[in-house]
Amino acid sequence: MARTLKLRIWRGNDEDGALQDVTVEGNNGEVVLDIIHRVQATQMGDLAVRWNCKAGKCGSCSMEINGKPRLACMTQISAYGDDEVITITPLRAFPVIKDLVTDVSFNYKKALEVRAYEHPVDLKPGEARMEQVDVERSQEFRKCIECFLCQDTCHVIRDHEENKKSFAGPRFFIRIAELDMHPLDTLRNRKQTAQSEHGLGMCNITKCCTEVCPEHIRITDNAIIPMKERVVDVKYDPLRWLGSVIRKRDGIL
Amino acid sequence: MTANIERHKYDIVVIGAGGAGLRAAVEAREAGLTVAIVCKSLFGKAHTVMAEGGAAASMGNVNDKDNWMVHFRDTMRGGKFLNHYRMAELHAKEAPDRIWELETWGALFDRTKEGKISQRNFGGHEYPRLAHVGDRTGLELIRTMQQRIVALQQIDARETGSPETNIRVFAEVTITEILNENGKVAGAYGYRRENGAEVLFEAPAVVIATGGVGKTFKITSNSWEGTGDGHALALKAGANLVDMEFLQFHPTGMVWPLSVKGILVTESVRGEGGILTNSLGERFMFKYIPDVFKNQYADNEAEADRWYIDQDNNRRPPELLPRDEVARAINSEVKAGRGTEHGGVFLDVSKRLSAEIIKKRLPSMWHQFYELAGVDITKEAMEVGPTCHYVMGGVEVNPDTAAAVGVEGLFAAGEVAGGMHGSNRLGGNSLTDLLVFGRRAGMGAVAYVKSHGVNPVSDSTIEKAATRIAAPFTREGGENAYSLHQELQEITHNLVGIIRTRVELMEAIEKIADIRQRSANISVTGDRMFNPGFHLAFDLDNMLLVAESTAKSALLREESRGGHTRDDFPGMNPTWRQVNHISSFDGANVNIKVQALPALPKELFDLFDVHELEKYMTPQEIAKGGSN
Amino acid sequence: MGSNPTPSARFTRPSWACVRFHPWKVVPYLALTGLWHETSPMAIDTPGNGVFSEGRAKLSARTLRTDKWWLTPFVTFVVLFSFIVYATFRAFENGKYFAQPLISPFYSPCLSTDCVKDSPSFVGTIFGTYHIFGMTVSPSLFILIFPLAFRLTCYYYRKAYYRSFWMSPPACAVAEPHAKYTGETRAPLILQNGHRYAFYAGLVLNVFLSIDAIGAFRNEKGQWGHMSIGTLVLLANATFLWLYSLSCHTCRHTIGGRLRNFSKHPVRYKLWTWVSVLNHKHQNFAWISLFGVALADLYVRQVSGHSIRNLYFF
Ligand SMILES: Cc1cc2nc3c(=O)[nH]c(=O)nc-3n(C[C@H](O)[C@H](O)[C@H](O)COP(=O)(O)OP(=O)(O)OC[C@H]3O[C@@H](n4cnc5c(N)ncnc54)[C@H](O)[C@@H]3O)c2cc1C
Ligand code: SF4
Ligand code: SF4
Ligand code: FES
Ligand code: FES
Repeated sequence: MARTLKLRIWRGNDEDGALQDVTVEGNNGEVVLDIIHRVQATQMGDLAVRWNCKAGKCGSCSMEINGKPRLACMTQISAYGDDEVITITPLRAFPVIKDLVTDVSFNYKKALEVRAYEHPVDLKPGEARMEQVDVERSQEFRKCIECFLCQDTCHVIRDHEENKKSFAGPRFFIRIAELDMHPLDTLRNRKQTAQSEHGLGMCNITKCCTEVCPEHIRITDNAIIPMKERVVDVKYDPLRWLGSVIRKRDGIL
Repeated sequence: MTANIERHKYDIVVIGAGGAGLRAAVEAREAGLTVAIVCKSLFGKAHTVMAEGGAAASMGNVNDKDNWMVHFRDTMRGGKFLNHYRMAELHAKEAPDRIWELETWGALFDRTKEGKISQRNFGGHEYPRLAHVGDRTGLELIRTMQQRIVALQQIDARETGSPETNIRVFAEVTITEILNENGKVAGAYGYRRENGAEVLFEAPAVVIATGGVGKTFKITSNSWEGTGDGHALALKAGANLVDMEFLQFHPTGMVWPLSVKGILVTESVRGEGGILTNSLGERFMFKYIPDVFKNQYADNEAEADRWYIDQDNNRRPPELLPRDEVARAINSEVKAGRGTEHGGVFLDVSKRLSAEIIKKRLPSMWHQFYELAGVDITKEAMEVGPTCHYVMGGVEVNPDTAAAVGVEGLFAAGEVAGGMHGSNRLGGNSLTDLLVFGRRAGMGAVAYVKSHGVNPVSDSTIEKAATRIAAPFTREGGENAYSLHQELQEITHNLVGIIRTRVELMEAIEKIADIRQRSANISVTGDRMFNPGFHLAFDLDNMLLVAESTAKSALLREESRGGHTRDDFPGMNPTWRQVNHISSFDGANVNIKVQALPALPKELFDLFDVHELEKYMTPQEIAKGGSN
Repeated sequence: MGSNPTPSARFTRPSWACVRFHPWKVVPYLALTGLWHETSPMAIDTPGNGVFSEGRAKLSARTLRTDKWWLTPFVTFVVLFSFIVYATFRAFENGKYFAQPLISPFYSPCLSTDCVKDSPSFVGTIFGTYHIFGMTVSPSLFILIFPLAFRLTCYYYRKAYYRSFWMSPPACAVAEPHAKYTGETRAPLILQNGHRYAFYAGLVLNVFLSIDAIGAFRNEKGQWGHMSIGTLVLLANATFLWLYSLSCHTCRHTIGGRLRNFSKHPVRYKLWTWVSVLNHKHQNFAWISLFGVALADLYVRQVSGHSIRNLYFF
């Protein structure tokens, strides 16, 4: 079952770097992260790689394998042909620190910009009642393991560094959607700020985020597009706007 | 050289950003103190994300007969009465509040029909008790705590202009030393994993919440972070570890393919109706029901199956016995030659549940097997076997304040703290343990800081810590940390594993000492930039102390109880129940001291049926009927 | 640390590269070569931005994907482009759209006296002989703006043409050839937010096309109770269009998606779950209905031009 794998691993730092050829043994059933560990233990003791759970649950081992943003611990080597060269690089949307490790602090900054959940003040702990059907939509988004693969693949920032200021990225669009669909959240301007502060309008729904999400969260269909529609409700739809003026109340339930 | 290192001053430093650490930090910040959270990996990746099954709290949402007393009894039984009663009591009483509190921070648990938090069955729990979100409860818990911290930072940003005024997260920083000045905690020292740069935290109180020790073993469900850092840091700082012989081997880890060996198969698979069979197709668990559990567990398939429909009038299936029992049973089956091709047994849910329900209730398990092993659990059985999962032993603490015994200003909570789970932890009790005692550690540290004030660090202390970090680079041609780590894992696996004997333990102690000696001249290739070889050098040092402490405590305890099984002393012995093993470190060796376990007070004693206690306690203890 | 990048491996911008991007040059090229190398015209960029920004891992390739990622955008481009060509031709043809009882979806409902004169369809009579604009304007144009707007603002088609026509991005993790990007925040793309109005218009058209399909249960003399291949064609077309419209994201939003508490609106929740099932297949319906419309039109055109006979079952 053992086979010889030909790898090209990117090594370097924020100033310089290049792909290096490595040949290493692999066994069927192993994932790319195992192979990287083998390279580390036998040939490159200082090869930097992030990982944690090795079970696709923590979202640490994000990298690009043959150009595709993936979790190394969930990528079986059997997916690659016998004489295929496997190219492994760090995420290309974020600054690199060393080898396969990138500086993902952008995402933590963005996390700070999304206003937190606000519980109804008069609802004491233990008193909350929510039906399963009402929490399910938000629960889908809470599956997110913060691997930031969606952020990495999103062309809005991957291809345009200057957009990083004004664009929260798909991971945080699902966070905003989660809160906007949360049955109890009391903050009601999330739709407006999604557009004005978090750059929802920059997304052109080309769905790369959905394609790479290892949790199979339907980011675009279930979060971004519904949020875009909700934004239209409060910002762009003249009829809804008229309706809300006439009825002097929020147009949204 | 102490002049240009990165320095920070905080009221409290929390080491660890798992459930326990984050809960402690929230508590400290809410009390108005400044707090640094330090963790080895990125924020939000701590081991807690991997917890699957749920968090045990007797909210009584599914079965209203549940209350804290039932939960307390289950916890004590699970721990074979070696638990610190006060911790088990606090845990059982406070767990529901801690879960409800999460909801006010935005957590979304699965719901019952009435819209309350749903609760599921789990091994050792009499009633459905585990609050859960599918099988990713740990993720929900850590994300909620993480988002709570962000919420607090947003408040600070609005009020002070910076989100980091009161709480700051130092991700990817490893703490290598807890600094002491005049016998009291003065801070912590470590390095940034990214570039090896050293960081000094000056703080009068330190909370250790570093989680487990699994990486000491060859087959484990733990991630690389589980290297027992907190255990070792505490030992070196002058604190004690209690009962380090008790390690939980989770009965169901994946055994195939090789690369995922050890990765957990959540207990909820059994809770939802999964059955265990050997290679002969026998449902073998009926043979392994210990006497103490005869009343609660069904001894025939018909009754076990009925239990899923009518839980009030049937005993539960033996697959739901506490973990230590199931792990030993699987171990015995495999040893007797009735194991699977890859050395495990079969676990099957496909027979009882429809594919749709399996995917809904156990989504990440389905995902995990499908993507990692190519097995569709809605159609086939899984192959499973024991994996090192949890350490019951840990830092000896005061139950109410989580203050470490022996060092002022040091606190410990979560998996790194000992006592709460006795000799064996019930599934789901850890997540609520993190919250209950994380909060208490926060409160304890706040009270301590308020009454003691700062304790400045001296330059000589800093220099000592700095020298230690630089050391591996100054050596050349020394041993390789990777191979020493592998050697250690072989030893612990073979000699200090699920089944232990005197001879093997003695051998282990000797070999561990040998590795300790050789590890003193580990040398590292490359530089300080994100260098895993360098990181492992420190982690290895910690794991060696943990292994030594475990092996020595295990040698002393001549009985089998919970997570400690001696082939040469197979039974449980009531006199051994009366003692804890306390490890301390004298700078060269780990020493074990025998210490009396605090006796159950009368009001807790009376919660049990005397006949049940007779199985665990000596006649004298029974006659006394509790301590007051 | 052992890594020693060779300068030649670094990306240098060829001197002939222009900063402006011409999809019409690029796409045929891609089709021919299927390559994405530095030598392709796609390898034009503003150095120092995107994946070549300061601080990011130094790599010269615009993408390291090894699969045929360019195939989907290419096929999408070819099919959509062909449709546009055909539809434009048909819109201006102003003829061969009616053969009792069949009317082409491109010309229904008939809004001009023009069509009524030489083909008195029942739809035409509803609108009378009102003369709106000059005879030179094809009646199809009044109709086609609506489906055009509907599809142009459709969330799925947006993805499809942003990728295949505008290459923004051509495929995931393939660097896009634009120096600036502002998404849908400015005119004209901000108009995409009006999709719901196009959706409403689409629903109205669906009603007409459904009536046409029912009308197709007649024979050439206008007598009811007959059925031909044409009936099937128009029925299928109407069905696909309904599926396409009902699976629309705006539909999903309106029917229930906008609610915060499903449990308080059980009926809308139920509808939402159904629409969600359809929505999952919106992309498929978008394509099927596109082909459906084109084929229905083609069929009517051929029948009307007597190239084929509309076969009657009964
Ligand atoms: C696969 C799996 C499933 C589980 N399922 C359940 C379950 O269903 N229910 C349940 O109750 N329990 C479960 N457990 C157990 C439970 O998850 C853990 O016991 C618990 O999460 C430990 O939390 P903690 O806060 O103590 O530490 P952890 O979450 O382990 O966090 C430790 C933190 O300390 C940091 N750290 C460690 N060393 C250092 C250092 N030297 N310097 C700086 N930082 C350091 C780490 O970076 C990390 O942030 C499970 C465990 C596993 C492995
Ligand atoms: S759909 Fe939007 S958010 Fe997702 S990758 Fe595309 S542009 Fe980015
Ligand atoms: S949404 Fe998916 S891809 Fe994005 S960070 Fe979360 S898990 Fe990763
Ligand atoms: S290591 Fe956790 S997701 Fe890969
Ligand atoms: S028609 Fe495609 S989304 Fe509305």
